[in-house]
Amino acid sequence: MSNKLFALIDCNNFFVSCERVFNPALRNVPVMVLSNNDGCVVARSQEVKDLGIPMGIPAFKCEPLIRRHNIHVFSSNFELYGDMSARVMNVLYEFVPEIEVYSIDEAFIRFDTIAQDAVELGALLRKRVLQWTGIPISIGIAPTKTLAKVANQIAKKQTQHKGVFDISRALNIDEILEQFKVEDVWGVGRQYTKKLQRNRITNARQLKYAKDVWVKKNMTIVGLRTVHELRGIPCLNIVTQPPSKQSIAHTRSFGKKVTELKELKEAIADYAVQLAYKLREEKMLACSLYVFIMTSYHTEFKYYTSKVIELIKPTSYTPDIITAACNAVEEIFYAGYSYKRAGIIATELQRDDQDQIHAFMSQEQNNKQRVLMQEVDALNHKWGTGTVGFAAQGTLKQWRSKRAKKTQSFTTKWDDLLIIKL
Amino acid sequence: METTKFSIIKTLQQKNSKLTFYKFAPEWNIKLPLLQEGVPAGFPSLANENLGKSLDLNEYLIKHPAATYFVRVEGSSMIDAGIKSGDLLIIDRAIEPRDGSIVVAAINGEFTVKRVKNRVGSLYLVSENPSFAPIRITEDMDFEIWGVVTHAIHHIT
Repeated sequence: MSNKLFALIDCNNFFVSCERVFNPALRNVPVMVLSNNDGCVVARSQEVKDLGIPMGIPAFKCEPLIRRHNIHVFSSNFELYGDMSARVMNVLYEFVPEIEVYSIDEAFIRFDTIAQDAVELGALLRKRVLQWTGIPISIGIAPTKTLAKVANQIAKKQTQHKGVFDISRALNIDEILEQFKVEDVWGVGRQYTKKLQRNRITNARQLKYAKDVWVKKNMTIVGLRTVHELRGIPCLNIVTQPPSKQSIAHTRSFGKKVTELKELKEAIADYAVQLAYKLREEKMLACSLYVFIMTSYHTEFKYYTSKVIELIKPTSYTPDIITAACNAVEEIFYAGYSYKRAGIIATELQRDDQDQIHAFMSQEQNNKQRVLMQEVDALNHKWGTGTVGFAAQGTLKQWRSKRAKKTQSFTTKWDDLLIIKL
Repeated sequence: METTKFSIIKTLQQKNSKLTFYKFAPEWNIKLPLLQEGVPAGFPSLANENLGKSLDLNEYLIKHPAATYFVRVEGSSMIDAGIKSGDLLIIDRAIEPRDGSIVVAAINGEFTVKRVKNRVGSLYLVSENPSFAPIRITEDMDFEIWGVVTHAIHHIT
């Protein structure tokens, strides 16, 4: 085994944990958090997991259980979760020179570059994060990232490890891998699982000892890397610079079904505003847009349609994007359907080098547009999203997604602070 | 001052010039003061070397940004400690509470702000107002100290 030591840090039931920090009454009761539009379960407390409710199940299917066991249900509060995530990562960053933030609640860290016993360091990080943010974390330590993910699962599920498990110290790694289902191995998805099961590989140990030639042929070089990682040979490194995005999207489901073109255009215009903002944040320009509208999956008359628009010039100027997207929707809209979801994906992205020369616009006009967008973004940033909008977005917005049970943004909005009665 | 990612990381001294580097962490929206560069042109001026940076309230009030939270309070039970109804409190979870610290605590799921005291082996939450009796923390209570109150900000005008 190599000298590298990777740690995967992951927050336990992250969204639920965030809600519990600001409401201690939720500590030992069943809690779940729902996705955008209060659709599916995206986070469950241990009590909810114990009731057998799976991840991703539509919320309405849980209603009987919710009533019977008094499950507390919340809508996602991404503003809160995002801020809490930043806090967790910042606490970790105090201790380590490099951190790869893998998702909102997971990070990879190299432990071998730090002169401290790995398990001790893990315990210290756990204690520090819990004290500073109230979020419990689990830490899996291993010679490779893939094994660190395995170790993390064990740290989380087997309480005797107190939240930190170093698989490189285990004398019986193969026994551990035998208990680990192959579909839970990082990088093995549902399709590969089926293929592997057909070839009598059902646990991680079997995958570890599978023949290289077979793996490369059936799971590509990426799969081979996973297998090598299971064997303790690191093939993946800490990625500190995230790869630049190939596309930026804004897609949402509607809170209520939309049948009229006027309302649909309002929604699309709203999404265009959000998308243009994202483009500016990433300092990118879009050369084309992919616009789609669709009915619900669960309806008798399903309809999905899309259109790709080539923009006249690479842009992140909101009015350009609104116009292009709304024109597209007009072309693909078909009356008689109840639309439930829509989206715009900006593709063919390029970096926004401010001194680009535009064939169809003077430099002065370009500057004016740039300054206008800067002002709009600054106002929205200061006073909250939606302070300054575009007429096309509409004012009633009945199609907005439901967030019936969202808690307050306790850490990011002055008006949303906790009020404690003395 | 604790050297965190948000504070001064290095002061370089090169010949007669003094450059102070501030590391800016934009995700925290902590507005760092304008950089004051003392780059002498020829003869070093005393005025240049004594140029200060502008004063930053964030730096003064927040020692551990990742562990700092704000809450508002209502009620009069802590009036003798200078905490008035409507005040904004700055809470630091990184500080270890000690006997006599004013803390945000949770008893049986409800938040409160009190002074914590250790007396004769028992923990008490004490108010700063003679009309309020101390609360003794017992085994059957769901009790936790959430964070230490470092500042109370009272709006005057």
